[in-house]
Parts: sequence; structure tokens; C-alpha cells
Amino acid sequence: MFPTPIAKVSAPVRIAYKVLLPVALIIWLLPLLGVAMTSMRPGSDLTAGNYFGIPSRFAGIENYTAVFRDSPIGWYILNSFKITIPTVVGAILLSCLTGFALAIYRFRANIIVFFLFVAGNFVPFQILMIPVRDLSLRAGVYDTALGLILFHVAFQTGFCTLFMRNFISSLPFALVESARVEGVSEWKIFRHVVIPLMRPAIAALAVLVFTFVWNDYFWATVLAQGQNTMPVTAGLYSLNGQWIAAWQLVSAGSIVAALPPVLMFFLMQRHFIAGLTLGATKG
Amino acid sequence: MSAVDPAVPRVEPYQPGFWRQNQRRLAPWLFLAPGMLMFLVYVIIPIFQSIWISFYDWDGLGEAIWIGIGNYVELLDDEAFYTSIYNNILWLLLYLLAIPAGLAIAIFLNQTVFGIRLVKSLFFFPFVISQVVVGLMFSWFYAPEFGLFYQLSEVLTGKGIAILADENLATFGIIAAGLWPQIAYCMILYLTGLNNINPEQIEAARMDGAKGWSMLWRIVVPQLRPATFIALVVTVIGALRSFDLVSIMTDGGPYGATRVLSFYMYEQALSEYGYRMGYGAAIATVLFIIMMVFISFFVVRLVTRERSG
Repeated sequence: MFPTPIAKVSAPVRIAYKVLLPVALIIWLLPLLGVAMTSMRPGSDLTAGNYFGIPSRFAGIENYTAVFRDSPIGWYILNSFKITIPTVVGAILLSCLTGFALAIYRFRANIIVFFLFVAGNFVPFQILMIPVRDLSLRAGVYDTALGLILFHVAFQTGFCTLFMRNFISSLPFALVESARVEGVSEWKIFRHVVIPLMRPAIAALAVLVFTFVWNDYFWATVLAQGQNTMPVTAGLYSLNGQWIAAWQLVSAGSIVAALPPVLMFFLMQRHFIAGLTLGATKG
Repeated sequence: MSAVDPAVPRVEPYQPGFWRQNQRRLAPWLFLAPGMLMFLVYVIIPIFQSIWISFYDWDGLGEAIWIGIGNYVELLDDEAFYTSIYNNILWLLLYLLAIPAGLAIAIFLNQTVFGIRLVKSLFFFPFVISQVVVGLMFSWFYAPEFGLFYQLSEVLTGKGIAILADENLATFGIIAAGLWPQIAYCMILYLTGLNNINPEQIEAARMDGAKGWSMLWRIVVPQLRPATFIALVVTVIGALRSFDLVSIMTDGGPYGATRVLSFYMYEQALSEYGYRMGYGAAIATVLFIIMMVFISFFVVRLVTRERSG
């Protein structure tokens, strides 16, 4: 193990480490802690200049209520869910299919198709912006959840295909072969042999895509305009313009917007990290 | 993999019918069709359309006028374009710090003490949060007069620094905000890498008297190469894609000093001063070409690694 396990070093070093660990954590999360604390501070503290001290009283409930009552943030959150959940389902469905095709069959264009999916994943969004916006306008899905869903599904399919293909390749190929010998059709092999084994991959992708799409800001500003479509990222930014200097509200709004992916991460941590660190160990 | 080569059809006398005979040759394309169609329509084709649009003068509504390389010629004389490129280079170089910083934190956290799993997850937190929220957090952290950073700089230098309002410093302030989640990402990659290091090699090296830096540099870092490669890919791409934080924290200001190509493109194409789609597309094309240099390097490495096993 590297570095030397702390249990094997001298006592002073060990104690120093145990003290340093929480201190480092607090420093690392300082911006977050600051915002969390501000969200529980009464507005009067801020006007009185008490920005970082102990809040004069607990005003968390009042701030969070104010955010939900006086701003459309509830709508924005709902919009985010309406965009994110169908995208997760769509991207996973499509990439199960593409990943299966690229992992199981050998055909000449295989590597080229794979290459396209991987490379497409890395392009700057701006090179897609004008045509995608134009396409959405012409198809009548501009400023609708569907418009954002379609784009996100298509784009996320690139990353998901890479992931699914690698996952299916690592399954024992003998399973597919023996099914073929028994005359099982290719579709049934996919549906009944491979899909049941893909649960961990599906779980990992579900949390990752959820987080990516929930946190998207660029496409939200390009493809959405109004309160009826705007997800919470873009919504929060526009609220920030209205809540000038009302930092307790901005903070509460930020916490609310950050919460769903954070919860998702905590609930599915193992899958999340497995997905994110794909390829970080082999090679 | 030992899939049957479709070029050499097996003789299967009991399988009449076109579908049965060709199932295995057609199946991959049927499986690929929906995903590929979406990806072509929304990703691959738009790339070429954008490049095409960059040769036009177009406001997004009226008639597009072919002007050849006119937009690119204009870029050469555009001060804001150079500022954007300069800032992109700054982003790229400073973002690379996320890799050693992530490694350092990963080494620091790679212990087994009580509660370490929770500590690791909390360290990873910044990556899970939207960049919009990260941007707002740091704006508040940097806020003039009362911001923690402002007050700290006042104590240290006697004069508070309103970093986001300072033309020469604002970009650094934004990059620092971007590094926060990026370091977290690199850290998690390295934690996974450290977990998979061959313990026998470490022990053997330890017996040979390797420790500290030489152990890290000669034994550990080489074993972390796959993690380093992924960290490099995501960091370079992340740096060149930076848009959210610039938009949230300064909106390109003060006086356009924090623009990057991605942001400048957006500004030109969809700004309140009128839509300049052709000019925006030209900026996007330049960014695309810059990124293509990195992307092709990464993808070639990825694919050769796939092929070799």
C-alpha cells in the first residue's frame, strides 16, 4: 500500500494526521459550508455586515420557504426532473443497443463507429450550437423539455456507448456463443442473456447521466427561454440577477439546486465512482 | 473476442430464409441504428453544418450571404478573439495543476482510519455540484467588501482585492473556481488507481530501500499511468470547454477580459447586440480545430489501447 499505512508510523505522525484530516476537509469545503451557513442566516445579518460570523438567529426555514414561495424555483426543479429522467432512460436504452452491437459483432466499420462515438463526445458544444438550435426551432421543439431531452439523449449516447461497449466486452463471450449454438436469435441473446447481466453498468450510467444532465447549463440557455422549460441551473442564474445582494436567498437556492445530484451521489456512490473512473485502472 | 467473421459465412443447411442466413451480418446495424441516427443528427452532422455556416454572413433569420473566409479574416483583426485565445491557453495551463493536486490529495486520503470513506466522498463533493452553483459560491467568496477572499487579502496586503472586478486577475479567479471540482475529479481517479496498485511491487521496492519521492516517482506514478491518462483527457477537455463559470461569474467582463472562445462564440452568435451566426460559427470552428488536435491524440491512444487488449 502506498503511502505507508498510518497505523505503521510513529504515534506523533499518526495523531498529526488525524488532526489534519478534518481540518483539511473543512478548508476544502469552505465555500460550500459558507453558502450553507448563509442560507440559514436572516437577511438582517447581511445588512448589518455579519457575513461570516455566527448567525444571529436560525432563519433557515424562513429563507427556504421564501425561495419556494417567492420564486419559480419549484417549477425550475420540476423542469429539471422532466428533462433529466427521460434523458437517462433514453440514453441508456440506446446505448445498451449500440454497446451490444460494438462489443459482440466484428464487422469492418466497428472501430470507425466506435471512434465516432468516442470522438463526438469530446467536441466543444459551441460547434453544435447553431445547427442544433436551428434544428430544434424548425422541428418546433425549441423551448420545450422534449427539445432538450432529444439533444441530451443523442449527446450522452456517445459516452454511454463507450461505457456499455467496454462493459459487455468484459462479459464472458462463451455465454453468447452457447446461446447461438442452441439457435437463439440475436435479439433474444441481447434481451435475455446480456441485458440481465448489465445491471451494474446501467446503474452506474444512470447516476452519471443524471448528474451530467441535471448540471447542464449551456444547453439550458441555448434551447430554453421561459419558465415553462428552463431547468434549475439556468433558472438559478436568472434568479441571481433578481436577488441582488440577497445572498441568503441565493445561497438557499443554490443548495436546493445542488441537492438532487448530491443525494443521488450518496445513494449510489459505488456505482457513480465505478462509472467515473472507467479506464483508470486497466491498460 | 472470438466472434464469427461475417465475411466467411458458415454453411448452415438448416437455415433457410434471408433473415436467418444474414441475421448475424445485419444484426449489428439494426442494433446501432437508433443510437447512430440520433448521434448523427445531433452531433456529427452539426459539426459540418457549423463549419459550413462559418463561411456565411447570417443573422439566423434572413438570407445567408456567402462571404468565403470573410469571417476568419475578420477574426484576425479582432482584439476580443485574441483575448479569448490567450485566456483559453491560461485555462489549459493552469487547469493542468488539477492533476498533481488531485494526486496529492489522493495520496493524503489513501489511508484506513475511522470515517475515511465519508471524508473521501466529501472531498469529491465539488464535482457533483453544478458549475452554476460553484460559480455562485465563488462569486460570493470573492465578493468585494465582505467576501472572505476580499477580507483575507485586506488583512494580508492592507488593501482588499476585488478579484472578479480586476481585469488582470478576474480570469485567475474563475480558473481557481474551476479547479475546485476538477481537482476532486482527478483525486477520485487517482484514489481508484492507488487502490489497484500492485502491493507486492511496493513492498519489494520498500525492501530495496525506496521511500518518499523516489518511491512515488519511480514505483507509484508509473503504475498510475492509466489514471493519469484519463485525468489528462478530462482536464484538457474541461479546460477548453469552460463556459459555465465565465458566464456565471463575470459574464465575460470586466471589459471582456475573461472571455474564452466558447463564451465569445456564444456572445457573438446569440447576444443582445444581434445574432451573428456566421461569425460565431467561425469562432466555434477555431475552437473545434484546437480541440481536435487533442481529441485525435486521445482517441488514437484509446483505440490502440483497446486493440492491443
